[in-house]
Amino acid sequence: MNAIQTIQLTKKYKDLTAVERLDLEIQKGDLFSLLGVNGAGKTTTIKMLTCLTKPSDGDAIILGNSITKETAQVKKIIGVSPQETAVAPNLTVRENLELMCGVYGFPNEKKRAKVSELSEQFELTQILHKKAGKLSGGWQRRLSIAMALIGEPKILFLDEPTLGLDVIARSELWDTIRSLKGKITIILTTHYMEEAEELSDRIGIMKAGRLLAIGTAEELKEKAGTDKFEDAFVKIVKEEVK
Amino acid sequence: MRLLTFSGRTAKEILRDPLNLGFGLGFPLVLLILLSAIQANIPVSLFEIESLTPGITVFGLSFMTLFSATLIAKDRESALLQRLYTTPLTATDFIFGYVLPVLPIGMMQSVICYLAAMILGLPITITILYAIFFILPVALLFIAVGLLCGSVFNTKQVGGICGALFTNLAAWLSGIWFDLNLVGGVFKKIAYALPFVHAVELERAVFDGIWTNVFPHLFWVLGYGVAISGTAVMLFLRQMKRQ
Repeated sequence: MNAIQTIQLTKKYKDLTAVERLDLEIQKGDLFSLLGVNGAGKTTTIKMLTCLTKPSDGDAIILGNSITKETAQVKKIIGVSPQETAVAPNLTVRENLELMCGVYGFPNEKKRAKVSELSEQFELTQILHKKAGKLSGGWQRRLSIAMALIGEPKILFLDEPTLGLDVIARSELWDTIRSLKGKITIILTTHYMEEAEELSDRIGIMKAGRLLAIGTAEELKEKAGTDKFEDAFVKIVKEEVK
Repeated sequence: MRLLTFSGRTAKEILRDPLNLGFGLGFPLVLLILLSAIQANIPVSLFEIESLTPGITVFGLSFMTLFSATLIAKDRESALLQRLYTTPLTATDFIFGYVLPVLPIGMMQSVICYLAAMILGLPITITILYAIFFILPVALLFIAVGLLCGSVFNTKQVGGICGALFTNLAAWLSGIWFDLNLVGGVFKKIAYALPFVHAVELERAVFDGIWTNVFPHLFWVLGYGVAISGTAVMLFLRQMKRQ
């Protein structure tokens, strides 16, 4: 069953076409990565799918709900961790989690249970009392993802979750993302080849707003005739693969 | 529930910033004490506590403009708003969530100013309570300016525009520190075309218990308040759409 289906999804900004007639199907429970160089249209695609920006043309159906006509419904079933760390800096880790519980209208009992569950899952228990603005980049990202999961989303969008993190923080965040695989559908955008290859069930490669190729890492390597995924990516982006 | 949660967060962000507390409470209090000390040592009536205190409570609200504008601008830059825009929070939740919690903070600032003024010799009358109540429409006006600026400018611009320009405008064109008749001419006309002097005269009229003097000034404050609030809401919704 499809979790997401885009139908000729297009976004234009004056003369620039950021996303051009995107047709994409993402299976329920999959971890799908959108890969591409800067300006490929990954973030714009995510922004349209999360109802942050309206498509210029086309539509997308998220678990049966149109992103253009049923935005309120869509917002109830998605969770988003934006590219930049989106935490309230003067609030503690606990208060940030509670803020999201309140935003989703959870009663006190559920709020307590949810904060406890997610702080254990993301190993935040020891830092619950610390102000979010004082945490390292890696811990802020971890908190950011935990906040995105508060609303019990069926689809989680992770926009460049490991951007700017050191090797250890990235590896730890990969473990966190792996632990979510299969439980919910995850859409991840990234610049990092190894991240996409390591984590994804399927990968879509975008360039200049167009989807150039889609498949598993193995399928894409086979299609490009390369052993390494990075080489396959380069060949596909340079449009040397027909 | 959602609105309450977001309002709580706004209040915490503002109150936990030591600079906010320093400027919001400290600066008006320092002015009150300093000018009262000057008044005690000069033979003319320049900074009488009875007319100075209502003025300072209005001037102090210019910091509420700065606080709310800075918070909104920071949120816009930090992607926190982007995250929250993807949740079930509505535009109404955001607007009221930014405005409502600043109102009691502004009122509390007035209460503290009046308490300090009482220690400095302000006669204790029931009209102090009325003056604190009538600070509400004035506070709403100043907070609406904050919503407007925060929706349009970035953090750095907000610092310059609300932190320097607006506080100076509110100070010089309000008739708090000197009688505008002393300057007269275009300066006075400009001052009376803007809401600051009307806000101060409204507060002074309420404090003095001269109710006939309240209404022309109240209408000016309400008129500006409604116009600026309307524009601020429109600009906030525009930036929300642009996200």
